[in-house]
Amino acid sequence: MKCRVCRGPAVIDIRRHNANFCAEHFVKLCRDQTAKAIKQFSMLEPGDRVLVAVSGGKDSLAVWDILHELRYDAEGFYVGLGIGEYSDASASYARRFADARGLTLHTEDLLRDHGFDVPHGSRAAKRAPCSACGLSKRHLFDEAARRGGYDAIVTGHNLDDEAAVLMGNVLHWHTDYLGRQAPMLPARDGFPKKAKPLVRLTERETAAYCVLRGIDYLIDECPMAVGNKHLAYKEQLNELERTSPGAKFEFYFRFLSQAQDRFAAAEAERDDVTLQPCERCGAPTNNDFCSFCALTERATRPVPLKLGRKPEEVAP
Amino acid sequence: MKVLLRNPTRELEIDGPLTVGALLERLEINRESHLVIENGTLVPADTTLGADAVVEIRSVISGGSAS
Repeated sequence: MKCRVCRGPAVIDIRRHNANFCAEHFVKLCRDQTAKAIKQFSMLEPGDRVLVAVSGGKDSLAVWDILHELRYDAEGFYVGLGIGEYSDASASYARRFADARGLTLHTEDLLRDHGFDVPHGSRAAKRAPCSACGLSKRHLFDEAARRGGYDAIVTGHNLDDEAAVLMGNVLHWHTDYLGRQAPMLPARDGFPKKAKPLVRLTERETAAYCVLRGIDYLIDECPMAVGNKHLAYKEQLNELERTSPGAKFEFYFRFLSQAQDRFAAAEAERDDVTLQPCERCGAPTNNDFCSFCALTERATRPVPLKLGRKPEEVAP
Repeated sequence: MKVLLRNPTRELEIDGPLTVGALLERLEINRESHLVIENGTLVPADTTLGADAVVEIRSVISGGSAS
């Protein structure tokens, strides 16, 4: 196989582009596709201060690396979730990446700073771990961006992530979610702007980018995500992609160009909720307390002791 | 050849030589969700792997929260 650009030996074949690339031109392709997404969806302006949500995985490190190479002022923000060795390892990868490049990484820890971790907090609050995790990260990223005066939060969501979310939303006809599913959400009602610059790249491409750039990332999957629907949707979409290269891109980008605005318009008509500051943390919410503070309250509530006779005192 | 797989981590012995594409087909692994790595770099589908090659087949699927 030869590189489509320079005719040198290729290291990767991208069937949806019907093309092969050498390392140099594949890395350039990833940067160009990211820059194109930023421009296509008006994600960032030159000079913007950007806060990158960093997990230590391939996507967040890839997007941070690309933004740095594209000369954006991008700092990282890592949240320790308390998921045992997995969290310890993810923190190490994020820290090593930042230190090797002289980049600023801010950190926060759920247990240290908020009194609970994802495994215990989700059980206490009777939420699925991924739900408690996502809620906590969204809240803490928003808060960090507001506190630090950043222009935008950037996440490493890629084409596979967005196509899988779209598949889930369509399967259940979550029209409200479909109206809000976009690669860029502008700042509104106290929430900062959010951007997903990797939406034009597949998961395989972001992983390949990391290998070719020498970015050491956490390969192991989160133990709490095993068996969740999001991963199952991704596997189904990759089966489609195997027989029909480009299927994921067509599915997601035709949704954006031909359908998303219809759901967004309907959602805007319904969306007349007035937000107010959370009584505890000040985050915008339509209740007295925001979802994160409600989760924190349930997750840190003392568990009453069940008093009774010791087993040996129970009559046989 | 030695083949390292992840999630869960395991090692297989496969008879070679074999192309990368044929190796993935033999193991019924979808190339759209995996990378093949030899000596720290990627190898494309038409590369022939020798009988004494050591390769890693890495799944690229990740993500828990659908947010």
